[in-house]
Amino acid sequence: MRKPAKKTEKRFTPQKTQTTPFHPRTNQFNLMQNWDDWAGYLAANVYESFEKEYFAIRNQSTLLDISPMCKYRIKGPDARKVLDRVVIRNVKKIRTGRVGYTLWCDEEGMTIDDGTIFRFGKQDFMLLCAEHMYSWLQDAAWGYDVEVIDESHNICGLALQGPTSYSVIKEAGFKGVETMKPFDLREVEPGLWLSRTGYTGDLGYEFLTENKNALKLWDRLWKAGRQNWGLIPIGLEALELVRLETGFIAPGVDFQAAHAVSRVGRGRTPFELGFGKLVDFNKGHFNGRRALLEHQKNGKRYNLVKLDIEDKYPADSSYVYVGKEKHIGFVTSAAWSPTTKRNIALAELEAPYGDTIRDGIWVEVYVDKEGKWYRINAKATVVDGSFFSNPRTRQTPPGPF
Amino acid sequence: MGKHDKYDAIVAGAGHNGLTTACYLAKAGLKTLVIEKNDMIGGAAISRELYEGWTYSNCSYVCSLLRQEVIRDLELPRFGLQVVPYQGSVSFHEDGGYFSSYDDHHAFRREVARFSEKDVDAYDRYSQLVMRQCRFIRPFLLRTAPDPTTLRPRDIGELIFLAKRIHDLGQKEVGEMVRFWTMSVGDFLDEHFETPIIKAAMAGSGIIGTGLGVYSPGTAYVLLHHYMGDVDGSIGAWGFARGAMGAITKALGAAFKEAGGEITMGSGVNEFLIKNGKVSGVALDNGDEYHAPIIASNMDVKRTVLKHIGREKLPADYVRSVERFKIRGSSGKLNIALDSLPKFPALPNDNLMFSGDMSCSSSLQNLEMAYDDWKDGRFSKKPFFDMLIPSRIDPTLAPPGKHMMSVFTQYCPYDLNVDGVRSPDNWNEATKKAFADSVYDRLEIVCPDIRDRVLHAEVRTPLDIENEVGLTEGNIFQGELTFDQLLFNRPVPGYAQYNTPIDGLFIVGSSTHPGGGVMAAPGANAAREILRRIGKGKSMPDFNPKIAA
Repeated sequence: MRKPAKKTEKRFTPQKTQTTPFHPRTNQFNLMQNWDDWAGYLAANVYESFEKEYFAIRNQSTLLDISPMCKYRIKGPDARKVLDRVVIRNVKKIRTGRVGYTLWCDEEGMTIDDGTIFRFGKQDFMLLCAEHMYSWLQDAAWGYDVEVIDESHNICGLALQGPTSYSVIKEAGFKGVETMKPFDLREVEPGLWLSRTGYTGDLGYEFLTENKNALKLWDRLWKAGRQNWGLIPIGLEALELVRLETGFIAPGVDFQAAHAVSRVGRGRTPFELGFGKLVDFNKGHFNGRRALLEHQKNGKRYNLVKLDIEDKYPADSSYVYVGKEKHIGFVTSAAWSPTTKRNIALAELEAPYGDTIRDGIWVEVYVDKEGKWYRINAKATVVDGSFFSNPRTRQTPPGPF
Repeated sequence: MGKHDKYDAIVAGAGHNGLTTACYLAKAGLKTLVIEKNDMIGGAAISRELYEGWTYSNCSYVCSLLRQEVIRDLELPRFGLQVVPYQGSVSFHEDGGYFSSYDDHHAFRREVARFSEKDVDAYDRYSQLVMRQCRFIRPFLLRTAPDPTTLRPRDIGELIFLAKRIHDLGQKEVGEMVRFWTMSVGDFLDEHFETPIIKAAMAGSGIIGTGLGVYSPGTAYVLLHHYMGDVDGSIGAWGFARGAMGAITKALGAAFKEAGGEITMGSGVNEFLIKNGKVSGVALDNGDEYHAPIIASNMDVKRTVLKHIGREKLPADYVRSVERFKIRGSSGKLNIALDSLPKFPALPNDNLMFSGDMSCSSSLQNLEMAYDDWKDGRFSKKPFFDMLIPSRIDPTLAPPGKHMMSVFTQYCPYDLNVDGVRSPDNWNEATKKAFADSVYDRLEIVCPDIRDRVLHAEVRTPLDIENEVGLTEGNIFQGELTFDQLLFNRPVPGYAQYNTPIDGLFIVGSSTHPGGGVMAAPGANAAREILRRIGKGKSMPDFNPKIAA
């Protein structure tokens, strides 16, 4: 709950897009003044140049203000049980000081959102996600000895990502970070949580702290990273490309959050999104379990797959075909990947295409060449695993670059 | 008596083109051997630690022309290649001002407007013209040049392709095309712009690697050659290979080995073994002999023909054509390890421009004077330099807080004139130091403390490049990029399809179409020609775009 404005404060204007605690810095560096709205907050699309920002993620290190993420604290003796009721994976297996990626479903087994569970302590968790989830969590917590707190507006987040990000952290004076493995979580300093996580597929870390510490954290990292490790701030456009290179899915883009759509039948199961392995039917009841068992028995209706497409033109909004001209699906995200030098896409195909049938798939790509449109039929190969993969992402202790 | 082994194909020289050819031959199933005279592969695309903790791109230093099609097809990113573009460039004026370039169109217009309102729109018109010519030429990069004198169906097909593209251009643009291929970059820029420093900033690309001045006919094409490249479709963009230029040849080498290829290093080809007009193998300096019916030489055409084949084995006409092939060295380089970033009093702190090209030439007249020195066999008193600090972007090149500086300079002669005598033998420690000082003097205009920042510097004259890499006269393009030696005239008329008068012997380096730069197009085109001749042409990918650019 947002506190009512005190009389001495400026009147709260609901129409006005909010700013995050990092705004004094993000605003200063945003030469393009190119902003987007992220969950009601001003978020930079591009600071200076999209290319510069994208390549800094794959070559140097970058800061991304992730404060607009929804952050729900789940605390108390039954906290683990409540989360296990909500999400598909086994929360017991996320030990204290670890972070786990998961999805959660409605009672029909349709994915509501994906996100990460941060386990601060035995009875202390935080769920980070894109969609607002407060009442859904409240419902699940009913009757349990647990407290669900929406900390979205009190806690800020800063992602430090890129091959030199470990060097920046070290130079900034944070201790003991060299032993942190991917998905490790630590309170590196009182009130400052650091996790080795991210949305870029590269070496990287995320900080969580109270809003009042925001600028001090930014300045400390900036001082450590700017001159020696190529640190720059990045906007959402660059992030969008690296997440696709890694094969991460985005709600509202690659799948529709079951709570956010009005049309029936838009929901997808975790199996259909490629996360069947996360579903743990042996952990006891959880939302959507019965429906998911049924789906497991009946098989998938769709496959969200990664495609490597010939030629260089991004297959935005393309239809996908097989054989002569059988329409089997469409592209949900597409881009030319500068690092892997491949033309990549995520696409939703009707099962069993993309799963057991992979030959003869092609994409109809539309290309605008200065006002003249061309159509190409480009062959597509289904790719397993990430498009972008580099050992530096997983190496512990991480390398300097 | 050394080793004797048999292969299906041998590539002489492990430069980026030789390795590209080798990759495609190996992938087509040929048992392929690459022979490299040095102890490391790479030719002029190498990374070397010449000072502890610093990595030098000590020959070629930036990457744009490297064909994206080849990178993708050979999966070079999987073998560690990462190309990172840089942005911005700045041209300093002797009086302390500067003119900078930005990728962002509006930022660039605002910058030009500081000098001249008229030049703002002039730039857009100039840019359209250059882009049109680039679009015309780019599709020819990954095609073999047609031989206009034969009636072979493929040559006729290629000629029709060329004729159709010319026809599609229309009358006005064909006129521009001919002008572009024959004019000087100076005349061309004078037609468009009025501000001297803007003209000077744009002219640099017209003289890099070329023994011509800004007002010499033919330099407009050289400018075009530097604009033809792209990084991820952004035409004209330039980038660094992460880990220095050797990352390109390392990745090619790894791809080649994965395809089953073998590399031998440390001894180069002494002689191509030829019997009855047919090549049968190579004899190395160390006495080893390797045999194969196909030999691809990555060495420049002059070195291949005049140093490693007896002229009695070749038609006299061909030898004469090779002898007159222009391959004059005109470029030098300083590679400097810096103990910290020098001060640039003219620039705002931490500016984007620190990551791009920097030069210091305030007018075309200054550039022309730099050329006048070279004509007389002297290095320029006030050289043009293209300076970069790649460590501002690539964190792998120097320790934190330290930097690597690459200073490419024009002009520096191969046969230095001392007291009226022109000879490469005139290069010695004293003359090299004098050359380096001429460059430092120019650098001091933009960063006055440069000399105090130097921890180690490597000074490269054309002679050094010839001795180390093997490029005749130290010419970075394996032959000048003037219209008389392009397309079906490159390297020599009648032998422009990577072939030679010797059966089975091919030339695959930058001496061939489409020429120099770390492009890998000659290597890929040559592989296609070789494979076609043995009935394996189908194993090469089709690089032709589905949409004509």
